[in-house]
Amino acid sequence: MSAAVIVTGLVKQFGRFAALRGVSAEFAAQRLYAILGDNGAGKTTLLRALAGLTPPTGGSISMLGTTDLHSVCGQLGYMAHPSLLYDEMSGMENLRYFARLYDVADCDCRCAGAIHAVKLDPSLTRPVGQYSQGMRQRMSLARALLNDPKILLLDEPFSNVDLGSAREMVSLLMGLRDTGKTIFVVTHQAALLEGAADEFVWMEAGQIVSRTPDLQPQETR
Amino acid sequence: MSTVASLTRATLAKDLRLEWRSKDAINSMLFFSLLVVVIFSFSFDPTAEESRQIAGGLVWVAFLFAAVVALNQTWAREMRNQVLDAYRVSPAPPNALFLAKVIGNFIFVTVLQALMTPLFIVFYNLRALGPAYQLPIVAALGTWALVVNGTFFAAMSLRTRSREIMLPLLLFPISIPALLAMVEATGAILTGEFSARFWIVLLAAYDVVFTIASLFLFAFVLQAE
Repeated sequence: MSAAVIVTGLVKQFGRFAALRGVSAEFAAQRLYAILGDNGAGKTTLLRALAGLTPPTGGSISMLGTTDLHSVCGQLGYMAHPSLLYDEMSGMENLRYFARLYDVADCDCRCAGAIHAVKLDPSLTRPVGQYSQGMRQRMSLARALLNDPKILLLDEPFSNVDLGSAREMVSLLMGLRDTGKTIFVVTHQAALLEGAADEFVWMEAGQIVSRTPDLQPQETR
Repeated sequence: MSTVASLTRATLAKDLRLEWRSKDAINSMLFFSLLVVVIFSFSFDPTAEESRQIAGGLVWVAFLFAAVVALNQTWAREMRNQVLDAYRVSPAPPNALFLAKVIGNFIFVTVLQALMTPLFIVFYNLRALGPAYQLPIVAALGTWALVVNGTFFAAMSLRTRSREIMLPLLLFPISIPALLAMVEATGAILTGEFSARFWIVLLAAYDVVFTIASLFLFAFVLQAE
């Protein structure tokens, strides 16, 4: 299977602190990767670097066959820990605006579809600021799915989401993987992805320390 | 070009909707300008002639300070929930975002001017002795100068720790030529003592130069960490 993402010697320095210390890895297409590790291990920095939000200090990233990340940004879906949504607008209004940024055709239909996919109601008129944290997370995932991306980068998608909804999100991600998307999920709730993720990528102190097909406690690796 | 125009329209509509719902910027600007008008009026109690001499400076300083409030708001709203990152990861051109913000701020400051001008006239007993038709031209060119630079420098100071302080520190020195032109042109029109043409041309040139420079540089500012 061809590599969707190739990371070579990736270094990210914040002042004197090295968040990524020479990360090198290949990630095959159409797989679901769970990126795990303690706080400060570099998971979010790696995801932001893949999204093109954090320019690396050293090394390179090749995505979908190119190192020019800007040229493939239309094929990325990114969900961050904050919602990336405007609190004063409804979910549908938010998605309509972001759909315009991606020049999505049949905007209303696609937005409603994305909202349905995360089990929310597109006709909900109240502003996102009044949503529960879990609803906001799901709406944020809907925003990331809007442009039908080939690569999905999700940072803590299950945080503050109840167990039932989190499991539904996992099923949705598995479905998306099966339709050909490559998915990276940074999470502290790795157990949710057991049996769903194709690979667990363990990070520690800015490096990938192991990659396992199953979820195993770090101590036993 | 059509993409930039269409995304500028979409972003502008979104910003106007957000401002309509929150009224953060317009309320702060209004109260600030109102305070300036009232306090200066009571502090100096100028005659009509004195008013004509100082009004240019007073009006534009009030609008400049008030505009800073709106300029800070315009980006603060993008930083809440890190929404700006959603724009940065999208293929949308940075200039569309910049233009939408500039036009949005231009509208907010123009609304403020429309609301405050009658008050200035009443409190300072103002009457233009020169060609009054030039006043809207000066107002439009001056406001554009303020908001183009202001929007650009507000974006630059976005990630600094004390951005409310940083913006005036960056903006005011670079706005001095424009401010001088606005004050002199307004004074010239109100007093009728000399022609405002030179200052209007200077203001127009300033607008063209800084609009082009800001459009050229904004992509770097947006992508900076």
